[in-house]
Amino acid sequence: MSATSEAPRVTPRQVTRQRRIMGAKRTWASFRRHRSGLFGLGLLTFFLLVAIFAPLLADPESIEVTKATGGVLESPGDYLLGTDENGRSIVALLVWGSRISLFVGILATLISMVIGTLVGLASGFFEGWPARILYRFTEWFLVIPFVPLAIVLATVLGRSLVNIVIVIGITGWASTAMLIRSQTLSIRERPYVERARLLGAGRWHQMSRHVLPNVMPMVFANTTLTVALAILAETTLSFLGLGDPTRVSWGTMLDSAFGVGAMTTGAWWYIVPPGVCVVLVVLAFTLVGQALEEVFNPRLRER
Amino acid sequence: MTQAEPQPQPATGSAPAQAAAQSAAATGRRKSYGRYVLGKVAGAASSLAFVLVLGFFLFRVLPGDPARTLGRGKFKTEEQLEAFRADYGLDQPLVQQFFTYLKNTAQGDLGVSYRYQGVPVSELIVDRLWPTLLLVGVATLLSAAIGVYLGVISAWNRGKAVDRVSTGTTLTFYSMPEWWLGLLLIAAFGVGIGPLPGLFPTGGLHSTEYSGDSPVTLGYLGDTALHLVLPVLTLVLVYLADFSLIMRSSLLDEIGEDYLTTARAKGLRDVVVRRRHATRNALLPTTTLIALSMGFIVSGAITVETVFSIPGLGLLATEALTIPDYWVLQGTFLVTSAGVIVANLIANLIYGLLDPRVRS
Repeated sequence: MSATSEAPRVTPRQVTRQRRIMGAKRTWASFRRHRSGLFGLGLLTFFLLVAIFAPLLADPESIEVTKATGGVLESPGDYLLGTDENGRSIVALLVWGSRISLFVGILATLISMVIGTLVGLASGFFEGWPARILYRFTEWFLVIPFVPLAIVLATVLGRSLVNIVIVIGITGWASTAMLIRSQTLSIRERPYVERARLLGAGRWHQMSRHVLPNVMPMVFANTTLTVALAILAETTLSFLGLGDPTRVSWGTMLDSAFGVGAMTTGAWWYIVPPGVCVVLVVLAFTLVGQALEEVFNPRLRER
Repeated sequence: MTQAEPQPQPATGSAPAQAAAQSAAATGRRKSYGRYVLGKVAGAASSLAFVLVLGFFLFRVLPGDPARTLGRGKFKTEEQLEAFRADYGLDQPLVQQFFTYLKNTAQGDLGVSYRYQGVPVSELIVDRLWPTLLLVGVATLLSAAIGVYLGVISAWNRGKAVDRVSTGTTLTFYSMPEWWLGLLLIAAFGVGIGPLPGLFPTGGLHSTEYSGDSPVTLGYLGDTALHLVLPVLTLVLVYLADFSLIMRSSLLDEIGEDYLTTARAKGLRDVVVRRRHATRNALLPTTTLIALSMGFIVSGAITVETVFSIPGLGLLATEALTIPDYWVLQGTFLVTSAGVIVANLIANLIYGLLDPRVRS
């Protein structure tokens, strides 16, 4: 002890902080090598900035039906991407729609992440019948097809933004739980967890201090991938008429475009741009998620 | 949404098979195929039971008062509400309702449709089952076959232009809402854009001269096939990535294996090593994926049927949505879920037969 006390004083907290910074640097260095991941990150940053600065990019009044200034389904000209059936600028709708679409995607994913991680950790860590029951429960949810279940839930709960988030959140957690479970099973057998166990660590300590921190990177990678699916789910529910009619999202835009027959009347500017936005954002989340997965999973990196 | 997302899986890849192999080796025990079948059948049966309970719970417990939710704006007086409750047995205690529900469902009685004035839901579903089965079946087989092929080519040429183009394209299609891609395909190949004439029918399953009950002639089959081109193409394109990415990562797992080096050392040509040795082993984990993807393809089919007005279960469900036609929704929920569960069971049974390692 006397030897260390002569060295410059470093608190354990500083050490951990140093290590975290080093870890983050390593992760970034490794992520940077994925060109597709960087491309996705760039796209994502762009859309996030658009969503955050929506009020600066488009006047909030421009998406109010009663204050619309354009003609009905005007083709691109006066307005960069034309207008919708209410005479609102498509660009303004896209800008404001990005908020709702991203909000629904991210919030729904948070719900599935929390449920999925808790169930996955518990079913991977406990033994005996509680684990078996949780595993079965996950399997049950895994096989139920999403759209029929979501339709039923959304019908029963009613149509609002919060309900859409809940529906997507509680239908999407099972695959996360399965992934976390298999990760937990493998981490549980590692020497350092065994050592902690032998030193008398309780289940809670093992879980919170050893298993959870090691599962977190995979949870993070999985989260980005799930956001992509949640955004797709939002468009599908909106298309089925289960979206919140009072809010503009890319999904509800596509739904109204389909409703007014934009495709058959040749109003491509109404139906193509929102779809392209969905594709780009979903692709961005997917690419980032895949790159993160490779960064965090050494088995994949070796290949 | 869920498991069939292509992305989380590349990470796990053939991990289940490996984990299974390891634990089997560790215990030194392996179940006989009979016991494996029994276990899987019991699992599927428990899933079916869960779906049944969930169906009941969702429709009768969650909304508080189904009569009110159902009759939003339709029932003006208390008497109408009461009559409705009596009709559907909603005035009885929940436990009794549950047993009536179990008995009726077991007998194939799924209630009657509100929209179709008292036509039994089971009849509606049987009528609409075939178009969906046809669409989902053809789309699944095609996207599995093409996806596996693309995955093999990608993995074998990892990092080269072929791999990048194939992975990029399949991922882009994967990022599209199925029904949006369907609309674009209708515009491009159904209606026609610019100099391109409309090549395929834009909707329905038959031309006007045929109907669902027409005798099965060559012309009838050809007509149906022509109507299926665009909807099937939509589903195949969107779900390609599910298969190609798994196949790619599963084959990449195999590429470093010693038996491939041995095969090469024997002087076998590259194509033979790939087809006879690597691909066959890498295919195993993909088998289960085909069934897991069924759930997603069924989901996709619901919206695609709506866009192409194909008279299947999906269109039935979306039509029921607007009313909302409660028992039709419940019926389609039960039937599609049961279908996916059975498909999963079949895939698991085949997997267990092909790869004894998973029976542990």
